[in-house]
Amino acid sequence: MVNWIWLFMIVVSVVSAAVTGKLEAVTEAAFDGAKTGVTVSFGLISILVFWLGLMRIGEDAGLLRVLSRMLGPAVRFLFPDVPRNHPALGYIMSNMAANLLGLGNAATPMGIKAMQELQKLNPDQETATPAMCTLLALNTSSITLVPTTLIAIRLQYESANAAEIVGSTIAATAVATAAAILADRWYRSRASRSKRPPMTPPYTAPPHAGKGGEAVG
Amino acid sequence: MVEWLSTLSVWMIPALIVFIPLYAAFKKVPVYETFVEGAKDGFGTAISIIPHIVGMMVAISMFRASGAMDMLLSVFKPLLAPLGVPAEVLPLGLLRPLTGAGSLAYTTDLIKSFGPDSMIGRIASTIQGSTDTTLYVITVYFGAVGIRKSRYALKVGLFSDLVGFAASIAVCLLLFS
Repeated sequence: MVNWIWLFMIVVSVVSAAVTGKLEAVTEAAFDGAKTGVTVSFGLISILVFWLGLMRIGEDAGLLRVLSRMLGPAVRFLFPDVPRNHPALGYIMSNMAANLLGLGNAATPMGIKAMQELQKLNPDQETATPAMCTLLALNTSSITLVPTTLIAIRLQYESANAAEIVGSTIAATAVATAAAILADRWYRSRASRSKRPPMTPPYTAPPHAGKGGEAVG
Repeated sequence: MVEWLSTLSVWMIPALIVFIPLYAAFKKVPVYETFVEGAKDGFGTAISIIPHIVGMMVAISMFRASGAMDMLLSVFKPLLAPLGVPAEVLPLGLLRPLTGAGSLAYTTDLIKSFGPDSMIGRIASTIQGSTDTTLYVITVYFGAVGIRKSRYALKVGLFSDLVGFAASIAVCLLLFS
């Protein structure tokens, strides 16, 4: 998918530039874009170094565990079909706590651990269970308290108030997560009413999707 | 609500900056040494995204410079203008669920072109910060355990992206105008 989007943008750019006589501008834009990419990535160093340092302090102090425990009731409500003392719940809580703090690097391994535990409860090893879908819904809408990357980019372009988007981001992400949970609940109740698992169009991963990884969350 | 969100913006970061080390010191963690240890990871993380951002940044600047972006946007402008929604953020709604690097590059391009404190810059920042790359998350999480039939997971993810996109625009229009 990503491959096609990328190819599409480049091909369309060159073709339409050739038609409208803007080829020189497009060539220049390509080099300029590369330069911006490097400048922006370098600009992220300051915030990432600072923030990951701060978060390591929190991790070593056991803050992730405290936050996980606070999320316990919510997680048990969202995953009614996972046994209460099952290790999957612990990983799900850690995954959510790491997402909250914007620790993508810690969140993903925890989420995968949780998936592996949920897979042990799965009767059909190739089809997702409702619990797996819920975990995914929570991760695709990931609630983050501090959008550090965006603040860093805004700082680079001399924003008068780089952090002013914290409030709007939390509000938007809360609405998105609520929508994900509601939609998930709706599909769950539909699935349990029709007894047999409904075969909605299966998602088959595009052959190269995610290959090489998207480092950016 | 609006005031509350503004207060949150002002307090969230300083509160975390003071609370986390204080709590850690209380738990007998050597705060400064731990900070330096963790901070080392930040450098590598920033460097490792360079190829992704450069690749996407090149394609997006070419797309803009060629005039193709304006052509695409001119289709949607008359539809969105009455609502006070800048058409420039629309491609972000399409890119966000598909590619994290692509949407970050497009957000950067918008912030660069219109300024971080413009309405477009604020909306783009909010959209980019408020959801994750659905397609990537599904591929990684289900791929890791060999799930091939994802049932309704993709639909739920895309639905939540759409709601988050609309909510970002609405919240920014409310908060910043």
